[in-house]
Amino acid sequence: MSVLTGAPSRLRQSHLDALESEAVHIFRETAAEFERPVLLFSGGKDSILMLHLALKAFWPAPVPFGLLHVDTGHNFDEVIAYRDRTVARHGLRLTVAGVQDYIDDGRLTERPDGTRNPLQTVPLLDAITTNRFDAVFGGGRRDEEKARAKERVFSLRDEFGGWDPRRQRPELWQLYNGRHRVGEHVRVFPLSNWTELDVWQYIEREGIELPEIYFAHEREVFSRDGMWLTAGGWGGPKDGESVERRMVRYRTVGDMSCTGAVDSDAVTIAQVIREVATSTLTERGATRADDKLSEAAMEDRKREGYF
Amino acid sequence: MTSEISLLRLATAGSVDDGKSTLVGRLLHDCKAVFADQLDAVERVSRERGLSGADLALLTDGLRAEREQGITIDVAYRYFATPRRRFILADTPGHVQYTRNMVTGASTAQLAVVLVDARNGVVEQTRRHAAVAALLRVPHVVLAVNKMDLVGYAESVFAPIADEFTAYAARLGAPEVTAIPISALAGDNVVEPSAEMDWYGGPTLLEHLEGVDVEQDPGAHPARFPVQYVLRPQTPGEFRDYRGYAGQLVSGVLHPGEEVVVLPSGQRSTIAGIDRLGEQDVEVAFAPQSVTLRLADDLDVSRGDVIAPVAHAPRVTQDVSATVCHLAARPLRPGDRVLLRHGTRTVKAMVRSLDSRLDIDTLAAEPAPPALSVNEIGRVTLRTAAPLPLDDYTADRRTGSFLLIDESDGATLTAGMVGAPLGTDPGHAAPGQSATGPVAAGV
Repeated sequence: MSVLTGAPSRLRQSHLDALESEAVHIFRETAAEFERPVLLFSGGKDSILMLHLALKAFWPAPVPFGLLHVDTGHNFDEVIAYRDRTVARHGLRLTVAGVQDYIDDGRLTERPDGTRNPLQTVPLLDAITTNRFDAVFGGGRRDEEKARAKERVFSLRDEFGGWDPRRQRPELWQLYNGRHRVGEHVRVFPLSNWTELDVWQYIEREGIELPEIYFAHEREVFSRDGMWLTAGGWGGPKDGESVERRMVRYRTVGDMSCTGAVDSDAVTIAQVIREVATSTLTERGATRADDKLSEAAMEDRKREGYF
Repeated sequence: MTSEISLLRLATAGSVDDGKSTLVGRLLHDCKAVFADQLDAVERVSRERGLSGADLALLTDGLRAEREQGITIDVAYRYFATPRRRFILADTPGHVQYTRNMVTGASTAQLAVVLVDARNGVVEQTRRHAAVAALLRVPHVVLAVNKMDLVGYAESVFAPIADEFTAYAARLGAPEVTAIPISALAGDNVVEPSAEMDWYGGPTLLEHLEGVDVEQDPGAHPARFPVQYVLRPQTPGEFRDYRGYAGQLVSGVLHPGEEVVVLPSGQRSTIAGIDRLGEQDVEVAFAPQSVTLRLADDLDVSRGDVIAPVAHAPRVTQDVSATVCHLAARPLRPGDRVLLRHGTRTVKAMVRSLDSRLDIDTLAAEPAPPALSVNEIGRVTLRTAAPLPLDDYTADRRTGSFLLIDESDGATLTAGMVGAPLGTDPGHAAPGQSATGPVAAGV
């Protein structure tokens, strides 16, 4: 290889361009190969990024699939408002599967610790079955956790939503095999190769709007299991836990009962990127109580059909 | 500036005994891709297992499902970065039964790291890894001679191993080999230069990964554009009559005004415009960008078609001669009816004949085997139900590759490469092919 044969720089992709082209390719493959895809949309940054990529992939045509939100009932108001604004702006179809409905009619029981993340699996699988979704876009990234590191881009799930490592298909070149039997579906992960830092850098480059809670703000929080949790009707704080006002932001956005805020004064995307680049904790380690349950917590939930 | 950062996809091959997990753990750890909570977990488990220090190999430990079922998932992906490059590392188990794992990991890799134990030198498994890297046409191969600390950091141990491997890889047609003496355990020449090997004047492994030129000139290859999806908004307003062909340009460069042919139909047209993800009328598209092409003529173009320059179109054929690696437990036999997935097209196909089975260790070819079992590599002849626009795999990894799929349950059976990417005679190097790059100290 000599410099003489090197491509001129304008014919080179940056790492963000490469990740973008790859994700767009995955969206288009899925839209073409499946009857009824749906995009899991929580209002978290990864799902917002997925939607942004989908809008670009099909431009100037509308996105050829709708959104599915599994609502734990303990979501941040700012995030729900963001979700509804986004759906209206782009004229999207939104399906909401509510954990609260399942608790109200007794199909699910509230856990003693008040955490609702594990309760999302049943409403998610029901929504997939009822709506006959055959491809479900998820924002999972392989850098998040070691069970995710072995996930395929096209992840085959059985009729119970389960993930069987034996049935996962080798993925070679960029040839994604989405064939499945009736009742089975495929989880599709367009952000597989993105890291948390890539996500933030891309959000900055594209000027993507995010819910306010991703940026530092003052909030009434209390400490539990080493994380700052937001006080609220979901069941916190308990006796002995004291509330204080702190400057915090959220690195991930999920159920209020198990998503922790981190101390931060990052109010702009550039400041967030600096913070992420120097963080010594993984995003899940810092902010997700549900992943601290056991060493194989994510793996167990995944096998049961979790996101 | 983030825009200057490039992406390198690499694959590692080697067994646990070669210290591969330690090497991968070392790369992640020394590039600060390991976070405090992950390291805490590693230290805790190391203590529980009675180890004195943190065992970095635990960073790449298996899943419980793998331990319970006694299986290994083919590839685990790891991510790390330096200020200059982002790395996607496909970590493949290297045991004898897992040729298919390395084939999978190497299929997208721009660089393969083959690990050997300095005490053992080039062994059967090393030759197999070299053969797979060459078969998959991985452009760059690194031989990491590990455990140099256990052989006194001696050049006299390293140099013959490097020479033997380089010569073997050259015979296989591997385009470039770089040999680096390392100790993953002690950290020598992985990220930091070794204080123990003054005789080695080359780069550390990470320096090599950062500096190796993997940016192929897209203009060096003819353009290939498999149509993924037809975009027809049919909405009132500006885009009412818009008709664009969405896809990823898998090789080459395309410009508006260029004369193209749509295959397999052979219809010709001119590129009227190129749009890139919402950006209208860009001047050029190059691989591997995802773009949308508009054609000057109203043709019948659909998913599965390939758009290519009139002057450099691929051949269109229903008879496919290929080298394959069988991936599934059920064997591949002559007469099998399967689906063939090529680019964005899936067609029915039949296995006409199994022409040979390749012994990946000796490269000896056994003619007309009754079947190909999992992990076996062989030459096959296929007949497809519809014509396909094909390139040789040696000319184009994307348009020269395909999968065979079981129609009944959708399982991926076989990975295929059009033509014969690997000569079957190791005794003769193909003309013009030789190893290059810094092989050993003093070069």
